[in-house]
Amino acid sequence: MLVAIKPVPNPDERVKIRKDGTGVVLDNIKMVINPFCEIAVEEALRIREKRGGEAVILTIGPKEGEQQIRTALAMGADRAILVETTEELDSLGVARLMAKVVEQEKPDFVIMGKQAVDDDNNQVGQILAAILSLPQATFGSKIEFSEDGKRANVTREVDGGLETIGVTLPAVITTDLRLNEPRYASLPGIMKAKKKEMKVVPADSLGVDTAPRVRLLSLAPPKERAGGKKVADVAELVDKLKNEAKIL
Amino acid sequence: MADILVVVEHQEGAFRKTTLSTLTAAKTLSGLIGGEVDALVLGQGVQAVADTVAAHGVRAVLLGESELFARYLAVAYAPAVAQVAREKGYGAVLAPASTFGKDFMPRLSGLLDAPLASDVSGFSKEGDSLRVQRPMYAGNAIATVELVGSPLLFTVRQTAFDPAPQSDAKAPVERVSLAADPGGTVFVGREETKSERPELTEARVVVSAGRGIKSPENFKLVEELADLFQAAIGATRATVDAGWAPNDWQVGQTGKIVAPELYFALGISGAIQHLAGMKDSKVIVAINKDEEAPIFQVADYGLVADLFKAVPALIAELRKLKSA
Repeated sequence: MLVAIKPVPNPDERVKIRKDGTGVVLDNIKMVINPFCEIAVEEALRIREKRGGEAVILTIGPKEGEQQIRTALAMGADRAILVETTEELDSLGVARLMAKVVEQEKPDFVIMGKQAVDDDNNQVGQILAAILSLPQATFGSKIEFSEDGKRANVTREVDGGLETIGVTLPAVITTDLRLNEPRYASLPGIMKAKKKEMKVVPADSLGVDTAPRVRLLSLAPPKERAGGKKVADVAELVDKLKNEAKIL
Repeated sequence: MADILVVVEHQEGAFRKTTLSTLTAAKTLSGLIGGEVDALVLGQGVQAVADTVAAHGVRAVLLGESELFARYLAVAYAPAVAQVAREKGYGAVLAPASTFGKDFMPRLSGLLDAPLASDVSGFSKEGDSLRVQRPMYAGNAIATVELVGSPLLFTVRQTAFDPAPQSDAKAPVERVSLAADPGGTVFVGREETKSERPELTEARVVVSAGRGIKSPENFKLVEELADLFQAAIGATRATVDAGWAPNDWQVGQTGKIVAPELYFALGISGAIQHLAGMKDSKVIVAINKDEEAPIFQVADYGLVADLFKAVPALIAELRKLKSA
């Protein structure tokens, strides 16, 4: 099982945009595993507990990502690969690099978060599946394997309800919130993680064109709402809705 | 400039209004970079969907009917759209940023090796170059991006564009024959969240509840208030995780993005992820007993109160008003 994870700024803190609009201020913000990717790690561990196999973590990005990789190893993953690059990558670039690793590792399936909560793209898993001509099952909230391990049924969280599709393996599966609740890394887990294998692969050694096709030019704050007004009671609320907002 | 293609969303033949705002986005784009707007309908027995789209200001509707499209599958859709885009030389392809568009559009991006901007909220131009606006970081930053390559791919944030109006003229519907291979994927089943209410993303009024509602039974109170407005019901991640509300009700960064005229937040603290899904609502009413709750910062009318007292009182007042 190949589990792709992405380090993101702690999603519970509101990011600040740099004054020049070139990015966000990351000083003093804790980096964590993207919450959806954490769900992917947990699912791989549960699948391993039931069906055996090996959970291999993959991260693409700068060396600092080692920290989040160690966290995933401390949760219980077996080993890790860091494809190291300091370049700004878009989803196509990330997926191309991942495809190279998948070709080398030949996992039964790739599992990753449906979306990273920093750039909110929701793209890489699907692009990876397309590049490798593999089936895809996105937004998974339940994964069940056939007896022979050749197929999986994935229940997906979609507009209007839930949908289940069956895919032959290998496939790319992306995770949604209701798949599981990730465990915390235990102290023994953290100790063990230090000794687990982490292979660092320079991205340029993979011979992939990663020039971004979607280029981030600038960031700006959204329009602020003029909220914050309070009403004293229900009567005043109804009065304001009727006479001020004129919505009743 | 090459023409623009909109991929139409429908649920096995039931037209979805998400497409209408995508059509407006396509028109906006065509105003900036030129080209005509066509629509593509894939499915089986979906002539009615094609007819509906044809009456919404497009040049032509392409209709690809096949058993393979009877149930939506990204693995069949993406190559079919890729074939149309290649053969007809479209310069841009757009789809709604619903779970439909978010599923197959990135796959299309991978197949065509073409750049995709997700969840687009605006288009602009700088000199001759197209600029695309999209939210990042749970809507706390609006990014301006540039796309390099062809065709340009976009999924469109429904709340950012008005629905396209009906047109007097009816566009011709042209049948296209498309190859599709479900490549190791089968449709197993679908569990629809049953509701007589309007779609969350289309409702004029949304009533949402958070952890403060305390139990699934108490959603009755939410429904009672919603009934007075024919409103849709929303929920926070916490209530969906707890199994009190179906996943389809989740409003937020990774759930539904809504922007109704009136949004009631009942017992909702206002986590960043929830605000991301509703802070573009026109009027926000928050009822929460914790006066420090962040939801009050975005609320137009905040009421610090026990919702189990305030909401029944509100329902009574509204009923009085209605019968007056």
